[in-house]
Amino acid sequence: MTRKQRRLTIIGGSLAVLAVAAALVLNAMRDSIVFFSTPKMVAEKHIQPGKRFRLGGLVQPGSLVRGDNLKVTFEVGDGSAALPVSYQGILPDLFREGQGVVAEGSLDASGVFKADTVLAKHDENYMPKDVADALKKQGLWKEEYETKAKAKGGARTDGNAASATASGQGAVR
Amino acid sequence: MIAESGHYALVLAFGLALIQSTVPILGARWREYSLMNVARSTAVAQLMFVAASFAALVTLHVSSDFSVANVFENSHSMKPLIYKITGVWGNHEGSMLLWVSILALFGGLVAIFGNNLPISLRAHVLAVQAWIASAFYLFILTTSNPFLRIANPPIEGQDLNPVLQDIGLAVHPPMLYLGYVGFSISFSFAVAALIEGRIDAAWARWVRPWTLVAWIFLTAGIAMGSYWAYYELGWGGWWFWDPVENASLMPWLAGTALLHSLVVMEKRNALKVWTILLSILTFSLSLLGTFLVRSGVLTSVHAFANDPRRGVFILLILCVFIGGSLSLYILRASSLKQGGLFAPISREGALVLNNLLLTTACATVFVGTLYPLALEVMTGEKISVGAPFFNLTFGPLFVPLLIALPFGPLLAWKRGDLLGAAQRLMTAGFAALFVLAVVWAWTHGGSTFAPLAIGLAVFVIAGAVIDIIERIGLFRLSPGIAFQRARGLPRSAWGTMFAHAGIGIALIGIVCETSWNSESIRTMKAGDSADIAGYELKLESLTPRQGPNYREMVAKFSVLVDGRIIDTMTPSKRNFTTRGATTTEAALLSRGASQLYISLGDVSSDGAIAVRIYHKPLVLLIWFGPVLMAFGGVLSLSDRRLRVGAPKPAKSVRGLQAAE
Repeated sequence: MTRKQRRLTIIGGSLAVLAVAAALVLNAMRDSIVFFSTPKMVAEKHIQPGKRFRLGGLVQPGSLVRGDNLKVTFEVGDGSAALPVSYQGILPDLFREGQGVVAEGSLDASGVFKADTVLAKHDENYMPKDVADALKKQGLWKEEYETKAKAKGGARTDGNAASATASGQGAVR
Repeated sequence: MIAESGHYALVLAFGLALIQSTVPILGARWREYSLMNVARSTAVAQLMFVAASFAALVTLHVSSDFSVANVFENSHSMKPLIYKITGVWGNHEGSMLLWVSILALFGGLVAIFGNNLPISLRAHVLAVQAWIASAFYLFILTTSNPFLRIANPPIEGQDLNPVLQDIGLAVHPPMLYLGYVGFSISFSFAVAALIEGRIDAAWARWVRPWTLVAWIFLTAGIAMGSYWAYYELGWGGWWFWDPVENASLMPWLAGTALLHSLVVMEKRNALKVWTILLSILTFSLSLLGTFLVRSGVLTSVHAFANDPRRGVFILLILCVFIGGSLSLYILRASSLKQGGLFAPISREGALVLNNLLLTTACATVFVGTLYPLALEVMTGEKISVGAPFFNLTFGPLFVPLLIALPFGPLLAWKRGDLLGAAQRLMTAGFAALFVLAVVWAWTHGGSTFAPLAIGLAVFVIAGAVIDIIERIGLFRLSPGIAFQRARGLPRSAWGTMFAHAGIGIALIGIVCETSWNSESIRTMKAGDSADIAGYELKLESLTPRQGPNYREMVAKFSVLVDGRIIDTMTPSKRNFTTRGATTTEAALLSRGASQLYISLGDVSSDGAIAVRIYHKPLVLLIWFGPVLMAFGGVLSLSDRRLRVGAPKPAKSVRGLQAAE
């Protein structure tokens, strides 16, 4: 083999691997990406039952009902719309009525959001970022959230913690 | 006083870094030895001043001086001493100070142990190192000063985030930073080589130990962080494909590739241009990781836009260093002479394949981590990219890598014999097939994926062992001779075996944990029992207890096998009053490499408590693998060739390597 042929082999091989990787990425992008919605967006977009997405908003005060066998139902609202959510399992430590929450799952035929995961990415001061952004957009953001968060900013922006706090968001199954 | 001295020391370190980043370069240009040697003394002095500054911050935290904002926000007088110390780097300002301290440490080490480097190369390396340091000193001094005072000092602090009050924080961030920042050395060497326009096998010989050190720490740091998340968060998960985790995984993948391409460069003087690029990319990814974690961009894209000082500053550092070094690369890379020829089927070829797959895998992680950010900035659409994405992209790229892995060390340099290597790996192949069949039969009806993956892992481990057996001639020669050859074998060969086997072991752990993990979520009252994977767990009691800065509810479980108590487990739920936060302290019980895992949920009104119980088969192998890999790295590092051979020109050493 000449130098040129050898180089071509290597370049050809690299391109082949890159092409495979690109195909894998595009394929995965199509199937395994989960979009984020608020109840209002759900109402507007007419999301199909069975399609997975993340639902974010505030847990409506007074809507939490605990059933047998760790079954819970609650409503997630964003001021203009609310969506009933059902979930079975242990809720995150900081799940409370009136607090922000992000749940992952899909709508069933009757329009109830079946969550298989409730994310606990926040402490008591900190809204999940998606929820905070959505609330701000709709003018429902209360300044007290921010001042509270700022007063205790250290924990939130802390970083190496990051692997804990941010990765900490672990999911409840 | 201490705060002001610490601040002052930091300013002085910044000044020294500025001198270090200019004078030696001028010295190298004018061939003035005294000016080039300035780099050495400033690097050491800079290390001393930044260490003094760091010590000052530690002192402030230990003495609970709440007149300092950083201490007030992250400490509490009742906090145990160890967490007062580790709390120093449990927040933004302190961890940035740790970052530059480690940067200065590496600079200082190069200055102290770099006696055998050509003087101009050392001057350039230390100058580049000082550029990075200056940028980060400026960042800390202008946007994240940890020594700021509060006008009216409060009596009590706000305490450290409870999740961080754990021994994991003592070890994980410093380890990770030693890895991240350690790659700055290979970056500085690469840029220095580009500035000088000269690079040879000896260069690789100097860079390799530094890269290896960084890689060892990063490997151990990632594994440590994963274990910490596993036991501290109470979800039983050990890897979440979270952006923060990916931020550390990307430099690791690139660094692993770099480690291998440096071998090619050192031994065969080939792949120079690529190795330089990889050195630049590895550290760029470390900087990117710092940006992702430090700028707040992950917390919220909007928060980043609203309070832009920190984020934009790091983004600027990122752009200047990555853009600058890549421009320099484009300008100068063509002037580097190409080295040795090799056939596609050869040790070099195998290492190129390793590099190709590792960097491609790294690229998929990059896309998965940054695509959601980019999409949100551009369209406002919010998406989450989670484990399914990475399983579909990262996974398939690792399969060919693992299949090819055992072949690499068995191929000869320049032109290898694939068939010969395959024949020698026959035993490993049979072992893999045998294990595959056994696992398949044992779990009949289960997923086909798990037996295949375990077969692959066995192939990797057996392949690594066979390489050593072949080299020392075990079974082929008399035991005495084999033993002598084993002793004569360079330690780096043993290091390779341990590191490669470590990957296989980690893979077995990962596959077993994900495939045969059993879990049980239920509510229990005192006296109730739960059965899981052949164990019976009996909840004996629920008792409240008072800790130093928290109250906790402790559940006591008896673990029974066949009706006999073998151990007790005490998971708890802690409530930290100062922050009003709750943490879940899981209880772990190791049985061999498998673990039982209990974490608690809420207590309901009728006195029953929600409990999450897992049995995780062979889960400890997930972390034992990386530990073995890091151990392999340490063995390689202690290799005589790296310690003694480094300054010698490549030629004279090559004679010694005939044994391979």
